[in-house]
Amino acid sequence: MESQIKQKILLGVFIFIAFVYVIRLLTLQIFDESYIRSAQNNVLQEQTIYPARGLLMDRNNDLLVYNDNIYDLFVTPEQVKNLDTNAFCEVIGITKQEFIDRFEKIKRQKGYAIYRPSVFEKQLTMATYARFQEMLFDFQGFDVVVRTDRKYKYKNAAHIMGYIGEVTEKMIENSNGYYRMGDFIGISGVERTYEKELGGVKGVRYVLVDSKSRAQGRYKDGEFDTVAVAGKKINLTIDQKLQELGEQLMQNKIGSVVAIEPSTGEILSMISSPTYDPNLFVGRDRGNHYMELLRDPSKPLFNRPIAAPYPPGSIFKVIMSLIGQQEQVLYPNTAYGCYGGFNSGGLHVGCHAHGSPLPLQGAIAVSCNAYFCHVYRTVVNNPKYRRVEDAYNKLYDHLASFGMGRKLGVDLYGEGTGFVPKATYYDKIYGRNHWQALTTISLGIGQGELGITPLQMANATALVANRGYYITPHIVKSIEGKKNPNPEYNVKHWCTVDTSYFPVVINGMEDVVNHGTAYIAKIPGIAICGKTGTAQNPHGKDHSIFFAFAPKDNPKIAIAVVVENSGFGATWAAPIASLMIEQYLTKKHDTRPYLVERMMKGNLTHKPILNDSTATKTSKH
Amino acid sequence: MTQQQPKPASIDWLVLTLYCVFVIAGLLCIYASVYSETNPDIYDMDKNYGKQLLWIVVSAFLGLLILLVDEKLFYAFAYGFYGITILMLLATFAIGAEIKGSSSWIRIGSFQIQPAEFAKFGTALALAKYLSGYNIDFKNWKVKAISMAIIALPMAIILLQNETGSALVFASFSLVLYREGLPGWLLVVGVLLAVLGVMALLIKPLYIIIGLAVIAIAFLAMVRRTQLLVFLTIGMVIFASAYVSSIDYVFENVMQAHQRTRINVLLGKEVDLKGAGYNVQQSLIAIGSGGPIGKGFLEGTQNKFRFVPEQSTDFIFCTIGEEFGFLGSLLFISLYMLFLWRLMVMAERQRNKFNRIYGYSLVSILFFHFLINIGMTLGLMPVIGIPLPFFSYGGSALLSFTILLFIFIRLDANRVNELKSFD
Repeated sequence: MESQIKQKILLGVFIFIAFVYVIRLLTLQIFDESYIRSAQNNVLQEQTIYPARGLLMDRNNDLLVYNDNIYDLFVTPEQVKNLDTNAFCEVIGITKQEFIDRFEKIKRQKGYAIYRPSVFEKQLTMATYARFQEMLFDFQGFDVVVRTDRKYKYKNAAHIMGYIGEVTEKMIENSNGYYRMGDFIGISGVERTYEKELGGVKGVRYVLVDSKSRAQGRYKDGEFDTVAVAGKKINLTIDQKLQELGEQLMQNKIGSVVAIEPSTGEILSMISSPTYDPNLFVGRDRGNHYMELLRDPSKPLFNRPIAAPYPPGSIFKVIMSLIGQQEQVLYPNTAYGCYGGFNSGGLHVGCHAHGSPLPLQGAIAVSCNAYFCHVYRTVVNNPKYRRVEDAYNKLYDHLASFGMGRKLGVDLYGEGTGFVPKATYYDKIYGRNHWQALTTISLGIGQGELGITPLQMANATALVANRGYYITPHIVKSIEGKKNPNPEYNVKHWCTVDTSYFPVVINGMEDVVNHGTAYIAKIPGIAICGKTGTAQNPHGKDHSIFFAFAPKDNPKIAIAVVVENSGFGATWAAPIASLMIEQYLTKKHDTRPYLVERMMKGNLTHKPILNDSTATKTSKH
Repeated sequence: MTQQQPKPASIDWLVLTLYCVFVIAGLLCIYASVYSETNPDIYDMDKNYGKQLLWIVVSAFLGLLILLVDEKLFYAFAYGFYGITILMLLATFAIGAEIKGSSSWIRIGSFQIQPAEFAKFGTALALAKYLSGYNIDFKNWKVKAISMAIIALPMAIILLQNETGSALVFASFSLVLYREGLPGWLLVVGVLLAVLGVMALLIKPLYIIIGLAVIAIAFLAMVRRTQLLVFLTIGMVIFASAYVSSIDYVFENVMQAHQRTRINVLLGKEVDLKGAGYNVQQSLIAIGSGGPIGKGFLEGTQNKFRFVPEQSTDFIFCTIGEEFGFLGSLLFISLYMLFLWRLMVMAERQRNKFNRIYGYSLVSILFFHFLINIGMTLGLMPVIGIPLPFFSYGGSALLSFTILLFIFIRLDANRVNELKSFD
């Protein structure tokens, strides 16, 4: 029966095919797991919920930084239909050629897909966004996504607050995948050091999407979703009014101001001049503005108060007075004659005309160079120590206890160490045992190799004001209402000089303001203790330096002012410090309008200034 | 004594039940693939499933009508039906509406019908009638030629309409011819030619020709050479070489770009995840992600969210694979095989040659659709757009398969009466 065999053969073919298909299904559905993943990749879209970044306020709850919406324009090429290109270009403000180029660029981007949204234009202006919203229906396939960016209420304190920017590839790598391309992160200042607190925690929402990437619902009713945690609110220690006045006083000058509350170490104001408007780092021109500031020869991005070392000049005499007493080579009634300066062998350090001989308090008041050269000599050539080196190392240790020549540990990015030479430094220059006090005499009056940052100067002032201790200066007062978030900023760091040696020095500093070199800084009714400095430097005119604290008893503010290449300490630095003390203590600064006017109008940047060698280092972010 | 009405008992209830199961399962699959949570109304006439429901009602009505009609009608008017379908096919050239690059549709009101679908049962009737005629012996070459011509005519017209898939379906009639006496070696040669053709697309024709020559020389070296054998072998090599070269020529010069791409993707020569390959890739993902027991009815994300193109028509099997998994797919294939087997048994039990040939035509067409359609969704066959009978969305297909099936059920039902008339 041929036909029966043929029927069997046909049936056999059918069953064979069915068998092949079942085997294929078995491999696809049972053995190969990859299709399950592919299916999830198809439909599961991970949407990031960005938390609001924490707000920044000053010590009096004055809002400094808040968040502002920004509008990014996205395009989904597949959904673009019947686009009136001319109208579109007009709204966005680009030419037709730019439109074409933009699309070409998008197509070349990594991860481009016709059905997936790509960024077409970042950060539309509010006006463009408004116009675009009206016509959104005409521009199918285009969509605006809202993100937040920082907005600064005042133009002040740019260096303190720092700025945020998009994360780099390296940061993404280091974050174990927490950060994604395009996320914002703190790049400098408080934004950087307190990124963890300010940044909050991103949330994730898993959404099912269809083949056109349109959302179709939650994945498993949000079982795997996480909530975004908003960034914490931070109160800075700065006083916005004081900061603003300081920046006005410092305008058109190069230099720094640091004001500290001695009893707490809180930084009341910190000014780096020239400064910049923090709002420059917001919006789509952020990159351009950054490059402009980077190229500016006056280095506005350089955070001088915490990074730039200056020779302290005569203010160093205050420190030497304390150390000299502690080393018992100097007593309040020790008097040295001044014959127009310090002379020893062929060595001569000049001094200005004043009464002579003077005891310690008087010598501080008139800032006698000769006196402090003697002090330095007795400290370093102290016979108590077997070798000069040992005596010098003792001095170094004292200075270190004042916070000089090392990082204090401020909660800001980019703090510098300053520079206090070690004995080995001189060994290298002069050879071991081939140097002594006279070789390095200029240190005694705060010159020579010394480099002290304005923060260190202010900290030393606070230490003197506290009669022997300082609390590490810091910029954050409270986080989300919780005061003193860092326990390390509650510790009193005692210096190696005994409290009993301070009164005579402080009296001398009071005399400086009352009838000494800084008479200009005197404010009736407020006992200010200060010391001027006029630091010679290799870059031009002397730096004008002043440090002071007030009131004398129960001090509320300690301040250090450096105005680069501007002359005597009393000319610029002292009046600025005086006005800021007045502002902080009395909440006004209008009793001496002539002084305010002279300071604010004083323009010291008319000629190109070769900066302090350290100031030419660009600040790295 | 003539009995016009078939007895209910003589209707094959198994086939009828399977038909109902397939159509309803198909409707649910279409519903699942177009489903959206915001609009779950299955009667929505704007949606595919709403329309399909309408077509099912129409089909059921037509099926009932066929069961009530005198079965002699189909025999008597077999050539008439054939002629009408050929005319309809030709009509598409004059009044055809172009849909998706093929001009094979005729628009009637808001519905389109595809004459190519109806040409199948017209051809089945005509072939059955011709071969069941008196003095028709399939061994006769003339009979073979006429049979081929009956099949080739609609096939050619459909090819001209750019409906390659529908045209290929007519190749399934070769199985009928095989059952009716076409020697098996011809089919084997056909399959061999197909394999050679695929090789021609994969490898440079020159290499194949060299390979064939080597095989021929080796063959001649091993056997006792007669002059006839040598000439025969050389002739076969020359023929095969010409065939391979012409396949290559047709591929490069006659075929259209999208057809070339589809073939290349199928053969693995080209990875095109956006075009033809995208369909297959998404189809594999949908089926593969179903796992052993599937994601559940209406839970198939790949189908629901439109990742699989043509999911309610050609790729309807993806819905089964994704939502009902391996078990569902296995059940589907088993039921389909049961259906084919039952129809084959029915065809074999016909005493009437016309009935049997028609039955085999039906089985062959249904098998061919199964072979290509499921093979395509599993990535084993080229992406040729032909529907899965009774499942895929499409009025013309459902109607034509219903007519095709119900005519056979009607013919089979009369078998009892025929026996009685012999009494």
